Amino acid sequence: MALLEVKNLHTHFFAEGSVVKAVDGVSFDVEPGETLAIVGESGSGKSVTAMSILRLIPNPPGEIVDGEIRFEGQDILEMTDEQVQDLRGNKIAMIFQEPMTSLNPVLTVGRQIAEPIELHRQAPLDKALEMAKVLLRKVHIAEHDKRVSSYPHQLSGGMRQRVMIAMGMACEPKLIIADEPTTALDVTVQAQLLELLKELTREGHSSLILITHDLGVVARYADRIVVMYAGRIVEQGTARDIFERPHHPYTIGLMNSIPKLDQDTKEKLIPIPGAPPDLANVPEGCAFNPRCEFAVEKCRQQRPTLEPVAVGHYKACWVDVRS
Amino acid sequence: MYSYLVRRLIALVPTLLFASMIVFSVVRLVPGDIIDLMLSESDFGADTVETRAELEKALGLDKPIYVQYFEWIGGILFRFDFGNSLWQNTPVIDDIAERMPYTIELGVLSLLIALLVAIPIGIYSAVRQETIGDYAGRTVSILGLAVPSFWIGTMVVILPAIWWGWSPPTEVVPFFEDPVANLQVFIIPSLILGFSLSAVTMRMTRTMMLEVLRQDYVRTAWAKGLTERVVVLRHALKNALIPVVTLIGLLVPFLFGGAVIIEQIFTIPGMGQLLLDSVSTRDYPLITGITLIIGFLIIVLNLVIDLCYAYLDPKVRYG
Ligand SMILES: Nc1ncnc2c1ncn2[C@@H]1O[C@H](COP(=O)(O)OP(=O)(O)OP(=O)(O)O)[C@@H](O)[C@H]1O
Ligand code: SF4
Ligand SMILES: [Mg+2]
Repeated sequence: MALLEVKNLHTHFFAEGSVVKAVDGVSFDVEPGETLAIVGESGSGKSVTAMSILRLIPNPPGEIVDGEIRFEGQDILEMTDEQVQDLRGNKIAMIFQEPMTSLNPVLTVGRQIAEPIELHRQAPLDKALEMAKVLLRKVHIAEHDKRVSSYPHQLSGGMRQRVMIAMGMACEPKLIIADEPTTALDVTVQAQLLELLKELTREGHSSLILITHDLGVVARYADRIVVMYAGRIVEQGTARDIFERPHHPYTIGLMNSIPKLDQDTKEKLIPIPGAPPDLANVPEGCAFNPRCEFAVEKCRQQRPTLEPVAVGHYKACWVDVRS
Repeated sequence: MYSYLVRRLIALVPTLLFASMIVFSVVRLVPGDIIDLMLSESDFGADTVETRAELEKALGLDKPIYVQYFEWIGGILFRFDFGNSLWQNTPVIDDIAERMPYTIELGVLSLLIALLVAIPIGIYSAVRQETIGDYAGRTVSILGLAVPSFWIGTMVVILPAIWWGWSPPTEVVPFFEDPVANLQVFIIPSLILGFSLSAVTMRMTRTMMLEVLRQDYVRTAWAKGLTERVVVLRHALKNALIPVVTLIGLLVPFLFGGAVIIEQIFTIPGMGQLLLDSVSTRDYPLITGITLIIGFLIIVLNLVIDLCYAYLDPKVRYG
């Protein structure tokens, strides 16, 4: 059985008479121990999908209007607040996008790492702080004995993100959701942190949902990939499928817009023309059609559904662009 | 932190010296001379040039103003002697020492009441935004902003007297002699002054809480599975209070201003009354003495506020 099954998730934001369908019918599974990457341009609904899993959508204005999110078979959307609180930081941990602002400036990092341990393991504070030290060592923070009593402003961005990772790992979660854990950090630090994340998830046999718009990262670390566009999944498959046999014009566009290390730079980078749509006002038919070079009449009228193109490989597109 | 405190205390000296010069000269520029006042009260004799000169000499007002100033400030610095009242010829510092506890009590009680009212309601209002409780809290706070405390004070004194022939007790006893009797007198004026202070504080707490609750680290706190109580009280409140503390620092002078008025209404023999009396009798040493002491108190309170800052914000503590 899959560890996490997201089925037909719809998360909308309501504001002044308009509805932003940030997530509009998304379904995917996460198997135990696997790394699933969610990729897509800014505003495609990746973070909202992630936050929906832990029911962290601010309400108002947001609301999960439909769908199921089954974790170990149980629907999170049906749980009581207490049951969800019991999952958060315990079996499912989340690592956020902004290391600079995601730690509380007035609490020591040790205290912040200790919190989920105190809460979910019923450990007294001093024990939890001891464990925080161990965790800081695990994420390779030098002088971890001293660092437990540091405040966030005394640490660099990379160190703060290590602290976030330590905090996420505190209760040995079965599922870690890392929302662009390395954006805003410099490239070497990014690579170190991703290695660390990979190492820790492997060690703990945890699953990882890795959200990113960096396809280079995806290629290296993901087992499977979900490509999102305007709140929907447009293509889904193994990392191999997506990189070697992309079917959706948007995925192909993404591939062409990243520099490939193993190829000659002679091949020009082609950015996708245009910009992602306003989610309060998504184009009729296929949301990608105004930017798509393959678009046909049908694309402007009917919304494509996600259909299999091979075992475990799906796309939502009317046109067979590979032939 | 320690060296910071010492630096602040040293910086206090020039500030107070400067303030003392201003006060000393401004007071003497106020129209209406003490000599006129004294002579209008017959027992000082007829208004002739001689009696004037005699009086001025007796009061020490015949010397050039800078000499007067240096004598006065020298007395304070070396003997803690603020001079004598021009009317009673008693040491000014004794008068002040007798009145000061009442004003401090009124100020501290009002501030405590203001905080005890404003912070919980501000938090509640922010956490339960747009509920009936929130609207109620905000309405009361607008009332507090719109209705001046002297008006409420006057109503509280007058209306019960008209309706039931009852008026608030005014027999003031020092707190440490009889706390119950003391509080009976102080509770109503403190509530009124505290209420008017709480209005701004409540709004500020609410606004800051709303701001902080949107921060990424609050989302992180939720994602750990913490309960709302812990998220609000441990993660949000301490951050939200930092600007609230600044506001309280700014309110301290208003606290004294309010106390002067409320003391008048409730006939509390505090510094406010003493100050008003001394101004109307042009008792220069008394006026300057009181002003200087109030200035000193305000600065000390601001130091306390800075300490609160350091407690709340590690960035201040660790420089
Ligand atoms: N709190 C919110 N209030 C209103 N609308 C929101 C809110 N959060 C997200 N949205 C809407 O949902 C859309 C998707 O946002 P989301 O954060 O999921 O994008 P993303 O794919 O994570 O992008 P990025 O790569 O920039 O992080 C946004 O375009 C925005 O319109
Ligand atoms: S459905 Fe049409 S418009 Fe949409 S991606 Fe496929 S070809 Fe392009
Ligand atoms: Mg995002």
